[in-house]
Amino acid sequence: MQEEELQKTEKKSAYELFFDIPVGPQHPALKEPAFFKFRVEGERVVGVDVDVSYNHRGIERALEDRNYIQNIYLIERICGICNVAHTLCYAQAVEQLHGKEIPSRANYIRLMVEELARIHSHTLWLGVAAHEIGFDTLFMYVWRDREVVMDLIEMLTGNRVTTAINTIGGVRRDVSDEAKDKVKKGMNILEERLKYYRKVALNDPTVNARCSGVGILKPKDAIRLCAVGPTLRASGVKNDVRRDDPYTLHDEVPFNVITFDTMDVFARVLVRIDETLESVNMVRYCLDHMPNGDVRIKLPLSPPVGEAISRVEAPRGELIHYARSNGTKNPERYKVRTPTFENLPSVSEMLTSKSDYEVNIADIPITLASIDPCFSCTARMEFRDVSKGKTWIWSLKELKAHCSKSRR
Amino acid sequence: MSMLKEIQKSLFKKKATVLYPFKEREKVHIPEGFRGKIVFDRDKCTSCLLCARFCPSGACEIVTDEKGKRPIFHLELCLFCSQCQEVCPKGAINLTEEFELAAFDRKAFTIR
Repeated sequence: MQEEELQKTEKKSAYELFFDIPVGPQHPALKEPAFFKFRVEGERVVGVDVDVSYNHRGIERALEDRNYIQNIYLIERICGICNVAHTLCYAQAVEQLHGKEIPSRANYIRLMVEELARIHSHTLWLGVAAHEIGFDTLFMYVWRDREVVMDLIEMLTGNRVTTAINTIGGVRRDVSDEAKDKVKKGMNILEERLKYYRKVALNDPTVNARCSGVGILKPKDAIRLCAVGPTLRASGVKNDVRRDDPYTLHDEVPFNVITFDTMDVFARVLVRIDETLESVNMVRYCLDHMPNGDVRIKLPLSPPVGEAISRVEAPRGELIHYARSNGTKNPERYKVRTPTFENLPSVSEMLTSKSDYEVNIADIPITLASIDPCFSCTARMEFRDVSKGKTWIWSLKELKAHCSKSRR
Repeated sequence: MSMLKEIQKSLFKKKATVLYPFKEREKVHIPEGFRGKIVFDRDKCTSCLLCARFCPSGACEIVTDEKGKRPIFHLELCLFCSQCQEVCPKGAINLTEEFELAAFDRKAFTIR
């Protein structure tokens, strides 16, 4: 039945038929639940359909039931890898509601931990990418060296991944001089290792063969499809929230926005490695210029009535939090827009063959991995009828109809 | 091919992994300030109940004993965020460096 329909609607190819290959929601190539339907013509991928709404956790609704302090730890659990970016964004939004500035030393610590988390996220991604292209040696070595930064984060914050360092009004822990020395030593090791991996990525024939010319995203398409973060920068567009809309101390701490012009997976590998090297330098700058003083100001539990938007450059791209307060101790509405959600249209673009380049089935895993997907961040809304035990999601048409109705 | 030299060098180095539960147990380095198992001091507690008010996961249950109201901590619900330690005005709650918390009995997860 389906084949007949396809033959009617699509033009006949050399293979007579298009096939639909379902990948997911549970699939060895994917680390998280997502469903991709690839339309293939022989080995060529000619179309892709994405569904990521398998991991709805109701976090935005749960935020409205908890007070501002409890929400820090809930926000942190939207995404394990970018937990620092999420708490930082949340803390900034709530501080904006209060209309208060935090001490300078707290800003330095926030920035430092944010950049450490970026190093850890990018090295994790480099390992995953190496694994996806079948270069497991590189994967093992990168993850071994990632332990250096994990240990530093554990020492500074008290936990390897879920840091819980940012809080409303500053940070929860100070950095001692002893810790500073250790971070400096760790940064030296990391810089040396990252420079080595950069050399490997540039010279190794395996990396080159699997990454060059794969998953091309042209700058025009990247801007049209609202790509963010390293995905956008690898297409040669100079865009970084840290530069365009500086938060914490990004206007003081010098850094370069890394771009690369080959627009493929290879560019994304190099952009991430170079960004990690920039982060190493930023952490060093923070350690050298950190002033003395308080790390936290006391703020009341309930912020005044108002709304706030805060933006952070998470390791995966631009992260936006919106908060609305009605003067009570719980937020009235909270909205999170995560970078993976923005990058999904670009993935469909990368995975569709064009007249000038082809996508093969074997390139699917690394192209998917190249945006550093984190699907658990994406599903935001679903409907549930408790009495009937039914769950459903609105289509774009229904959503538009609802929007126009409510506007009237 | 470019990594061959590195691989050769690593052949003669010590292993990077620690055989944690079986060997070299003492070499698992836990830094100072690690957020592990909760320890509660009943004598310092003044029944202000701030810990239960700020616990994000409901791991902190309030019960009444002979001295009055007090918290009980359920480690199976705990996030180890140390918010309770932070809000406690008397320092009655402390997170220790103990991290081996798996147990066969559910009662072992309740801190009194």
